[in-house]
Order: sequence, then C-alpha cells, then structure tokens
Amino acid sequence: MTRGARVFWTGFVLHFKNLSASPFMMVTAAIWPLVYATLAFLMFRATHQAPSLLYAALGAAVMGIWSTTATSAGGAIQQQRWLGILELLVGTPARLILVLAPITVAIAGIGVYSIATTLLWGRLLFGVPIHVLHPFLFAVAIPAAVLSIGMLGLVLASSFVLYRSASNLSQALEYPIWLITGMLIPLSLLPGWVHPLAWALAPTWGMRAVRRAAIGGDVGVPLLVCAALTVAYTVLAFLLLHHFERLARDRATLALT
Amino acid sequence: MKTWLRIFFVGGVISFRALFSWIRPSIYIPTMLLGPTTQVLFFAYLGRTAHLKSDSWFVVGNAVQSASVAALFGMGFAIDGERWTQTLSAVLATPANRAALFLGRALPVLVNAAVTAATGFLGGALLLGFRMPWSQVPALALVLLLASFACTGLGMLTGAVGLRMRDVPIIANLTMAVLLIFCGVNIPLDKLPGWMHRTADWLPMTHSIAAARRIAEGASLRSVSSELLRELALGLTYLLVGFGLMRFFEQEGRRLGTLDRA
Repeated sequence: MTRGARVFWTGFVLHFKNLSASPFMMVTAAIWPLVYATLAFLMFRATHQAPSLLYAALGAAVMGIWSTTATSAGGAIQQQRWLGILELLVGTPARLILVLAPITVAIAGIGVYSIATTLLWGRLLFGVPIHVLHPFLFAVAIPAAVLSIGMLGLVLASSFVLYRSASNLSQALEYPIWLITGMLIPLSLLPGWVHPLAWALAPTWGMRAVRRAAIGGDVGVPLLVCAALTVAYTVLAFLLLHHFERLARDRATLALT
Repeated sequence: MKTWLRIFFVGGVISFRALFSWIRPSIYIPTMLLGPTTQVLFFAYLGRTAHLKSDSWFVVGNAVQSASVAALFGMGFAIDGERWTQTLSAVLATPANRAALFLGRALPVLVNAAVTAATGFLGGALLLGFRMPWSQVPALALVLLLASFACTGLGMLTGAVGLRMRDVPIIANLTMAVLLIFCGVNIPLDKLPGWMHRTADWLPMTHSIAAARRIAEGASLRSVSSELLRELALGLTYLLVGFGLMRFFEQEGRRLGTLDRA
C-alpha cells in the first residue's frame, strides 16, 4: 500500500513539474479558461437574469481542469508510446495503473492553474468578489475534483489506447462534457435524458463540490460521489489496462504507433 | 504560367494531404466536423443561461467562427509541419515561385474551413432546429467562403510567424481566442467595451458574422455588400502582409541559418 502510494505520488510530482514547463499545456490550463471566463462574464453581465459572475468564474476554472484532461489525457498512453518508453513502463515491477494514473491525474492537476488565474482575472478585470464561504471544504473539493477527473482521463486513455487517433477523439469530448456537466450551464436547462449521463461523470460532481464550497450548499454529497466515482473509474481503468496489456503482449504491438 | 499553376494547385493539394495528420477520417470527423456542432450547442445553451439572444443567433455566429479553427491551424501547420518533418529547408531551397508555393497551400485550407463552418450550420439545424430560407443558402455559402478566405489570410500571417517561432499551435490558439471574444460571435458588439468594438472592426470574421446573420434572416447579398467588401479587403490585407512577412522571414532564415532551428 505504502509502496503503491509512493509510486503514485512520485509519478504525480514528476509529471506535474514536467507539464508545468510545457508552454502548450500552460496555454490550455491558464489562458483558455480566461477566454471562456471573459465570454461568460461579458454574456452574463449583459443581462440581469444570468447567474452571478462568481458562478461563471468557478465554472470556467473547472472547465480548465477538464480542458487539460480532454486535450492530453486521452492520448497519454499513446504519448508514452511515441516517446519510446511504453515498453519500459509496462515492464516495471509496479502495476501499470500505478505508473499511468499519475500521468492523467497530473494532467488534470495542471488545471489547478486555471482556478488561480480565472479567479484572479475575474477579480482584477471584472471586479468579481472572491468570497469563498467554506475555505476548508473548498481546499478539499479541488483535489477531490482533480483526482476524479484525472481518473476519468485514465479511463479515456485506456479505452482509446488501441485507437490511433485517441488524442483527437478525446479532444472532441471537450465541449460536450462542458455542456452536460453543469459547469456554466445549469443541468435543469438540458433535456432529461442528459441527466443520468451527467451523474456518471466526475466533472459534474467536482464542479458541484467546488461551487457549493464557495457559494453555499451541501458539499458532502458531491464529495462522496467524487470519491465513489474515483474508485469506480480506477476499477474500470484497471480492467481496461489489464485487457490492453494482454492484447498488446499477445500481438506484440506494444511499441507500434 | 503552367508551372506556376501546377505548383499552386497540385503542390497545394499534395501539401495539404501530406501535412495534415488529421486528414484521416478517424481524426477529421471528430476534430473538424463534430467540433463546430459541439461548439454551436455549447454556446447556444450558454446563451439560454444568460438569456442573451436566440439559438439562431448563436448558431450563425459560432458556425461561421468555426472556420477559423481550420484556417488558422491549417495555415500554421502548413509551414510548421514542414519543420517537423524536416522538409522546410528542402522546400525553401526549390526555385519555385513563392506566391504559387505558399498561396497554393492556402487554397485547400480555405475550402476545408468553409466545409467545417457548414457542418456547424448542419449541426445547428439538426440539434437546435435552426432554419433559414433555402433561397438564402447560396448567399450564405458565399459568406462562408469569404470568411474562410479572410481567416486563411490571418492564418498566412500565423504561418509566417511560425517561420520565426516554434510554437505555432500557441499562436493559433491565442489568435482564435481573440476572434472568439472580439468578433461578436457570442456577445453582441454593442455589449462589448468600446475599444474591443473598435478592434473587432479590423479583425476577420466580424463582418462575415454580421453579414451571415442578416442573410440568415432573409436579407439580400446587395444589402450586406459593404460588410462583405470590408471582409474581402481585410482578408486581402492579411494575406499580403502574411505573404510579405513569410518572404522576409525566409530571407532572414537563410541569412542567419535558422530555418530548421527556430
């Protein structure tokens, strides 16, 4: 258990630092959420029936977490293959999931920059008051959201691994997930059949936890669902990775791009 | 002249096919064809949340704007891709006419951008019930081509900068962000601060989107001719400046030996 946690944590820190040095990732994590925040601020400010600007700022911030996940996590395994280290990673004595999960969680973790930049942007340019109702719960909700979204990223990466265009397919999920998980658009505006889909997705609960911790409302349930989804995604990713690894070993296609 | 046309058409198409890794259906469909529809849907629902404008208003704005993805990234990668495949020096060592070489690459990008934008309208019609008179479709197609042309001009500028800088995707991303905020895609121009409104006048897309919205409501091409002429002028300006900059950076790259190093 301790060894597994150490492998995960060391991998997470390594990849987080590595990703933080990538200009492209920083643009995705720090600049694009500002664009969506600006759009939401200007749209919401133009009418008097829209949600508050803090609601928009938090939504745009969590959108950043999903953005980095959608743009990079889906192709995370492919990326290791292109770098020529997938065979080495698969060959390590540690379980494959412990080696790959830190990558996708670090990718989601980069989205934390979006929370900082979006709230600061809103405060400085649009005068959005940053008043967090439950600072402690807010501090718990962010890593919970990152972890669950990162594990969803691992499920995507594992599902798309046999698909050469995994990264592009994953990117195509950016807008749909933003749309149906209540980041800027309340779920009540969407058709009823969308709701069960939204409930199965970590960004829905991560967003609720972060927003309720800041604005008000029950944080416990969203946090618990985030934790439950993290476990469910971990099991699913484990099974998918196990299947993929066996298939790749059988066909000797592990290193083939 | 025959050689010029061959390089322009055949060279452009080969370059487009060779350089675009997303030209495969498995990449092209989710990225280029589904992308505009999901963008249209997202902003239409965001518009409903803000009680700002009708779905049709957002469908037209976002569908036209989605041409910029294909145009900016397309032209950017048409140059940057050569560097990645280490063929940039070879291409620039040829005696081929530079106008045929670079403008030829712009043509498939322009057509692709217009097709991309058209799928946004299709998605809006299928999923949001967007409707416009069938008689307006040819006029709207012309506006899409013009918007794609203007954006391809801006893309040429992005590609030129790519001869000097390594991070073309970042430049294209930032340019696209500016277009999304400034050009009246999702926020009416009169709701933007004055300086943003004035900047928008000098950007591609602003005039096309305004024209497309009026055409979708039934206006004639003649009634939006001033918007279309301004878009054409802007597209030509960006294209010429981009081409000029490309020539300049090419010569600088040769002089300093930095073509493959940037």
